[in-house]
Amino acid sequence: MTGVRAPRRRVGRMSGGRAVLIALVSTIVFFGVIGWVVVNSPGWPAVQRSFLDPAEFRDALPDSIARFRINVQLFLIAEVLILVVGLLLAVLRSLPGPVFFPIRALAVAYVDIFRALPGILVIFVLGFGVPALRIPGVPKDPFFWAVVALTLVYSAYVSEVYRAGIESVHPSQEAAARSLGLSRFQALRFVILPQAVRRVVPPLLNDFIGLQKDTVLVSFIGVVEVFRTAQNKQAAHFNWTPYLATALIFILVTIPLARLTDWLIARDRRTQARGGVR
Amino acid sequence: MSAPVALRIEGVHKSFGKLEVLKGVDLEVGEHEVVCLIGASGSGKSTLLRCINLLEPIDAGRIIVEGEEITAPAADVDAIRRRIGIVFQAFNLFPHMSVLANITLAPIRVLRRPRARAEADASELLERFGLADKRDDFPDRLSGGQQQRLAIIRALAMEPDLLLLDEVTSALDPELVAEVLEIIRELAGQGMTMVIATHEMGFAREIADRVCFLDAGVILEQGPPDRIFGSPTEPRTRQFLARIVAAGRL
Repeated sequence: MTGVRAPRRRVGRMSGGRAVLIALVSTIVFFGVIGWVVVNSPGWPAVQRSFLDPAEFRDALPDSIARFRINVQLFLIAEVLILVVGLLLAVLRSLPGPVFFPIRALAVAYVDIFRALPGILVIFVLGFGVPALRIPGVPKDPFFWAVVALTLVYSAYVSEVYRAGIESVHPSQEAAARSLGLSRFQALRFVILPQAVRRVVPPLLNDFIGLQKDTVLVSFIGVVEVFRTAQNKQAAHFNWTPYLATALIFILVTIPLARLTDWLIARDRRTQARGGVR
Repeated sequence: MSAPVALRIEGVHKSFGKLEVLKGVDLEVGEHEVVCLIGASGSGKSTLLRCINLLEPIDAGRIIVEGEEITAPAADVDAIRRRIGIVFQAFNLFPHMSVLANITLAPIRVLRRPRARAEADASELLERFGLADKRDDFPDRLSGGQQQRLAIIRALAMEPDLLLLDEVTSALDPELVAEVLEIIRELAGQGMTMVIATHEMGFAREIADRVCFLDAGVILEQGPPDRIFGSPTEPRTRQFLARIVAAGRL
């Protein structure tokens, strides 16, 4: 075994060194050409002034970070609600038997509609439309309606993720649970769901990366969060650089979450390779 | 059959789509009796056991356990399953729970036993069947034989009146079969009423009070093991046993 593998590894290392060199040269050439084209374009000085102004950037960054707190709040509150509503929808949709047909139909209709609607439309309708009805006792706070809109839209996606997880648990698990006298609900709660949820953590995180970014959409109904802050500054100074600060914040927050998702997926694959499902 | 009847099956039919698997099965099992179901793959042994546990609804016929018709439309399915344990060929343990939690789940949730008592009972069973040191492990750390012993313990923890064993050694490596059969032997010695679907003919001959030969969805022949294995009357039974002997399994 070692006799066969040793020479192969040497070959691998040799071509590995060459591969790195080729990758390096090709990357430098590729980005060099793009950079050269951009910097030598006729409009470059104007673009540089309005998008890459260091003074504007230094001015925008602290305010943007401070306002990003609103996005984080929105995200955290909505995320908890989405996890609960999504699970409820998935469970309702998995109810067997003809008696539950109306409930299943409602759950299916909900998921279909809210996956079809662009999120921004739901945000507009709830954020502007509902308060305009001026029903006493109904909140007017755009933050409240922002949370509701994001929950409605994202729980439709998340319920489908949960459902895939529930369906991935082998029917023999339910048979084993029911054969011990557990009711359908107990089998779901103690045997099916714990296994299902464990399996869908990576795709759930993926949806939450999307949610994190979509929190900027609520700026359109008047929630002053990070994107709205940049917009205000842009309007006041006629300079687009504040958006760069916003972009940077999202990149810094999202990349660790994406890496965590990758790591969890890789770990699941290792567990499965071992034959375990824990 | 003078002992009280634990299980009576009358004219049970079961089809999956167009395929009729059970074509009118009649069977009576007395209390403390051990009945072995033998027959080729696809003869309906597993389906019959799954019907007795109500995991498969039957199309026609009646199943009566301890005098109660469990196939009646108004029967409380969950309550009936509490009294009938089943052990599957593929173990079907709960992979996300420890050995102890696998055993105590149903006693705590279904029988509403206090956790401390359920755990004490479970520990006693683990001790008795030689798995005490695995108490806090997860099922994927156990050998196949240990997993199947755990599945049997999990069924026993509900203190069933009747235990159904569905080819419980078929998924095991040959060297692990003995430890599982040993447990079943012990249960038979203690008077547990059991219906056992099995391919282990030597074991069936040794442990069964009665052997039933299933063929094409009916019980073709039944009787004491010595008669079924020694001088079967039906040509199909003779044929089946001859094939088993030729395969070196008897």
